[in-house]
Amino acid sequence: MSSPTQTLTDTPPPRPASGLPRLLAGIPADGAMNLAEHLALHGGPPPLSRRGRREQPPLIGQIEEAGLHGQGGAGFPTAVKMRAVAASRGRPVVLVNAAEGEPASLKDRTLMQTVPHLVLDGAILAAEALGADEVIVGVCESARASVSSVAEAIAQRGAPRRRSARTRLVGVPAHYLAGQESALVNHVNGATAIPSFTPPMVFQRGVARRPTLVNNAETLAQLALIARHGPSWFRELGTASQPGSTLLTLSGPVAHPGVYEIAYGTSLQSLIAAAGGATAPSRAVLLGGYGGCWVAGEHLANLVLCDEHLSAHGASLGAGVVALLPAEACPVAETARLARWLADRSAGQCGPCVHGLHALAAAVKEIAAGGAQRGCEQRIERLTALVRGRGACGHPDGAARMISSAMLAFGGEFADHARHGPCDGCRDPAFLALPRSSDNFAEHGRSTAGKPVRPR
Amino acid sequence: MSPLLASAGPSLAWYLTRSSGIVALLLLSAAVVLGVVDVRRYSTPRWPRFILDALHRNLALLAIVFLTLHILTSVLDSFASISPLDVFVPFTGSYRPFWLGLGAISFDLVLAVSITSLLRRRMGYESWRAVHWLSYASWPIALLHGFGTGSDIQSTWLLVLSLACMALVLGAVLARVIPVWGRYPHRARAALGASAIFTAFLALWLPGGPLGSEWARRSGTPSSLLSHRHAATGTVSHR
Amino acid sequence: MSYRLRVNPIACEAHGMCAELLPERIALDEWGYPLIDNAPLQPELLEHARRAVQACPTFALLLERQSRSSAR
Repeated sequence: MSSPTQTLTDTPPPRPASGLPRLLAGIPADGAMNLAEHLALHGGPPPLSRRGRREQPPLIGQIEEAGLHGQGGAGFPTAVKMRAVAASRGRPVVLVNAAEGEPASLKDRTLMQTVPHLVLDGAILAAEALGADEVIVGVCESARASVSSVAEAIAQRGAPRRRSARTRLVGVPAHYLAGQESALVNHVNGATAIPSFTPPMVFQRGVARRPTLVNNAETLAQLALIARHGPSWFRELGTASQPGSTLLTLSGPVAHPGVYEIAYGTSLQSLIAAAGGATAPSRAVLLGGYGGCWVAGEHLANLVLCDEHLSAHGASLGAGVVALLPAEACPVAETARLARWLADRSAGQCGPCVHGLHALAAAVKEIAAGGAQRGCEQRIERLTALVRGRGACGHPDGAARMISSAMLAFGGEFADHARHGPCDGCRDPAFLALPRSSDNFAEHGRSTAGKPVRPR
Repeated sequence: MSPLLASAGPSLAWYLTRSSGIVALLLLSAAVVLGVVDVRRYSTPRWPRFILDALHRNLALLAIVFLTLHILTSVLDSFASISPLDVFVPFTGSYRPFWLGLGAISFDLVLAVSITSLLRRRMGYESWRAVHWLSYASWPIALLHGFGTGSDIQSTWLLVLSLACMALVLGAVLARVIPVWGRYPHRARAALGASAIFTAFLALWLPGGPLGSEWARRSGTPSSLLSHRHAATGTVSHR
Repeated sequence: MSYRLRVNPIACEAHGMCAELLPERIALDEWGYPLIDNAPLQPELLEHARRAVQACPTFALLLERQSRSSAR
């Protein structure tokens, strides 16, 4: 426990470490870095001058120069988002997004559990740069260790200094869509954690109708490091278009699945090696998240983990999910299960999503069960084009992307199943974990659910 | 006041009140039916959705025109001394206070529905919809008001007309409720139950009530007008 | 100054009046939900577009003004 009199500006900043780890540096064996350990390793944030401004160059300019992009999946340039909040009317709020509704991703709860102070630093620095008086930390309720770690960290910091933002913790339900920007804001505002139609965007009107900066927890942790060590240091790792490091959640047949920090541009094989090597051959990888992109096995040997390279396969790193599919799994069965699961995660607000994802799941299941007429593949192609961009959020686009990429990556297997029906692998339990959750809106019949179908 | 309005016999205003009231009831019944057609999305190539929707709106507005005429003439007519206050505040009048009061209630509900509909863009869809549900309440109250205050109810044609409107609106309620029975069983049961109770009530009450003897006296017509009534309409009191 | 049509997919309940009133730009998918061709509206279609926006029972159809320079 740090001494109550210790302030954030007491310790001088140490020389920045080169190479990895950055975010995950110095994590003690028992799990969480307390305030003293955090300050000893990273030093305090740049000190406030007597006028209440940071002595360093303005933060947003540094973030822009560093080329930091959002780490929550959308990859939006952080500086642009911050400028948008700064330009909006009203006193801003900073909302840390550690909702992490993506089941295959563990990085945000890991960050909040092990290095909460780094994330809090980033949030408070952003708040000070924007003139915000409040920082809200949204953490997934079911990640209990993370929740208590953040609560502890906020308590360790004590009362905010004059002109610094006050911080509070908000538990977020473990729903797939709860981490979507407007859904998270709605939850903080006391409504259901489902997306809203935009405009107005949350950077204009969000929490309590104030301009809100919603940033992924990892993004803010990176911000905290950039503020200390500068943009050039940040760019020492990574690629020109994707500088810096990033957290990935590696799952599948490797010795030590879990959260890893890599520099953008690292190869998939080095990541697997860092995780103790493969325990079995993989036939494919799902990148980005359950609404991400499948890449077939033949590309795995040369796969480079940065969006520039992955775009050749139609993929991106998204929320940092790298889910390897072992050779013995049936990719068609996994895709069918995933498609059904994603359809059930729909908030039930938009007709094309509710009906389209349901129809897609049914079509994929039909192929998987065999005996599908030739029209099935065309139907899937038509439906994926029909749902893209027609929801209030990116959920239908993600489901469409996952299914389209599966049809492409597993063309042979799909054709096989269509002709001969289920294979042996279909009967195995699911490899990709599909948690049962309480957010089956379509089933529970929310007031706006049951999206009508117009009689023809 | 003009001689016509001040006459002791059946004045122009009195005829206008009764006739505009009947027309208003007919139009309101049509509006309710079309409202159900709207929400159930019925349409044909000849009658597309936007036409039926506009028809619902316009018939409702026309009903309000006749309703306004009905109210104005009843206030202006000197026979039954209905004050402007009685138009909005129920049960405070001297002429058949209960039955007239039902008219006031129905009118208040119609006002709420129509004003919110005119301002619907400013209100937001959910609040507008919540108020619009009140139309289902305003109709039966208006019908009861008609039965209770109307002086023509004992004539066959008006009875048939009223019952025909009743059948239409009942049919509309069934068409509204039955298709969504599975999704909202409680609300559906409540709606059908209320309709059944209302129908049963009418069947039991009408013969001994407005269709029975001396209804004018029993419904609260001031005694000073009772003898007037018989002379004016020339009706022989039924038993 | 150009105008574009956009639909609020949350508010939309597939009533379909928009497609009746502006078939040049709005078609309905197999579930009755609008498929909007959101190229800028020609001036002669603007009145019809306004009428379609007025007719939508749930206020889901929106007419948005866009300066020529702003990208979609």
